[in-house]
Amino acid sequence: MAKTIAEINEKIRQGKAVVVTAEEIIEIAKEKGIAKAAQEVDVVTTGTFGPMCSSGAYFNIGHSKPRIKLGGGRVYLNDVPAYAGLAAVDIFIGVTAIPDDDPRNRLHPGEFNYGGGHVIEELVAGKDIRLVATTYGTDCYPRKKLETWININDLNEAVLFNIRNAYQNYNVAVNPSDKTIYTYMGVLKPNLCNANYCSAGQLSPLLNDPYYKSIGIGTKIFLGGGVGFVAWQGTQHNPTAPRSENGVPRRGAGTLAVIGDLKQMNPRWLVGTSMLGYGCNLTVGIGVPIPILSEEILRYTTASDAEIFAPIVDYSEAYPQMKPDILGEVSYAQLKSGKITVQGKEVPTASLSSYSRALEIATILKEWILSEKFLLTEPVAPLPGVESGITFKPLNERPIEERNPSP
Amino acid sequence: MIVSKRIVLHFPRRLVDRPIVYRLVKDYNLEFSILKAFITPAEEGLMVLEVRGEQKEYDKGVKYLTNSGLRIQSLSQDVTRNEERCTHCGACVAICPTSAFEVDPLTRQVKFREEKCLACGICIKACPPRAMELHF
Repeated sequence: MAKTIAEINEKIRQGKAVVVTAEEIIEIAKEKGIAKAAQEVDVVTTGTFGPMCSSGAYFNIGHSKPRIKLGGGRVYLNDVPAYAGLAAVDIFIGVTAIPDDDPRNRLHPGEFNYGGGHVIEELVAGKDIRLVATTYGTDCYPRKKLETWININDLNEAVLFNIRNAYQNYNVAVNPSDKTIYTYMGVLKPNLCNANYCSAGQLSPLLNDPYYKSIGIGTKIFLGGGVGFVAWQGTQHNPTAPRSENGVPRRGAGTLAVIGDLKQMNPRWLVGTSMLGYGCNLTVGIGVPIPILSEEILRYTTASDAEIFAPIVDYSEAYPQMKPDILGEVSYAQLKSGKITVQGKEVPTASLSSYSRALEIATILKEWILSEKFLLTEPVAPLPGVESGITFKPLNERPIEERNPSP
Repeated sequence: MIVSKRIVLHFPRRLVDRPIVYRLVKDYNLEFSILKAFITPAEEGLMVLEVRGEQKEYDKGVKYLTNSGLRIQSLSQDVTRNEERCTHCGACVAICPTSAFEVDPLTRQVKFREEKCLACGICIKACPPRAMELHF
């Protein structure tokens, strides 16, 4: 029954493609069986909407008169430092950047109300952003100071470029210690009083394509409300993580680096967020279409929350101290029931990733495809899979010894 | 009829050191639990109470408080959700001491049940998009 992406695109153009979400496919496959479902369904759409720290955006602001060389200088956007170690008027802002005068965790837990993620959200919303820069002068770039409003519509390029998004599975965070802790997984109450998780489970892109059979470099995706592409595997991509029999990783595994034109995106899908006592972030919406090229690819998309397992990790001790121990594994179905059992204790659960918004993304992507606005792309290269042997290594820390000054 | 209501009392500076709430028990036979109490730097007092008793007595008690010069607000209006900013992630659900947030099992959207809210404020800063707002 093998189909090709070109054949699926032809069906999309003719308005004949059958497109369903990764939630709908579970029931369809149960009803019709894998073989029939694979024949009938052409595309399964996925979605995820969660905080993704390794995100950022780059801009070309255009040249001022006289010219200024921001490269090598300092640049702030609404007081948030941007990276300027590039050409004259190219800058990059990361979502975790915070103003120099932010009190941080000096009064713990710090609030982190405004950072790079919020700058990106406001920029995408069309708001003016205050740019303040200082640098050194040169013969060809004499100006040393710049203070100006910038607006996304005036920028030459505004590109969202996230080097690690859409984690394939994630930890469930708990706190067995006797004091409240403030983490990137939210506020964790002492004595195992809550458990926070962060994945769209059965809707999540890479959990529907566990071996990266269809998602690869060049795959066209929904990104922040616009269209983007998979640029590369994300940082910390770890295809060799332990897997269940259905192929689904039982730990954080694959990741995606994604890129897209910020000018077409929408602040509903790029939300600046603040993690109490931890820092600033951007909650990013991503949806990836999975072309049903074979029964095998379809079978992977039918993994339901009950068949996807995540590790429970102690964020008061094991996580900060880089200890590999886990306190058990739970399925996303258990997590979504509102309660799990950890060390014999019933613990209420909460999610940091919005399932309802993930479903909305999968549905929008489905509508885009059905309305012929969105055609699928053939990956230009695969993501490294299990066979690559790539693993996520810890830092090999080598103390720097003071050398004796030469005589 | 027995009623149970959550109210916010604003004490003006001149009444901060007067035993006013005590009279609710003594004269109107109302039970109360103090959910929150503090005095601001301007020496105004704020107290959040859960009050329980006969409707008639409750009404009289509230009248007494108002006549004494206190400003009274019903509590449910004090913590609100900015629906534009809420992403329905659920970070608030397990940290709320009174389970005022519930995930709808079908839509997976987070419902905010204002009548259960004590206005403790824990959710305000724990909400990643800062969608919860406290108004006194």
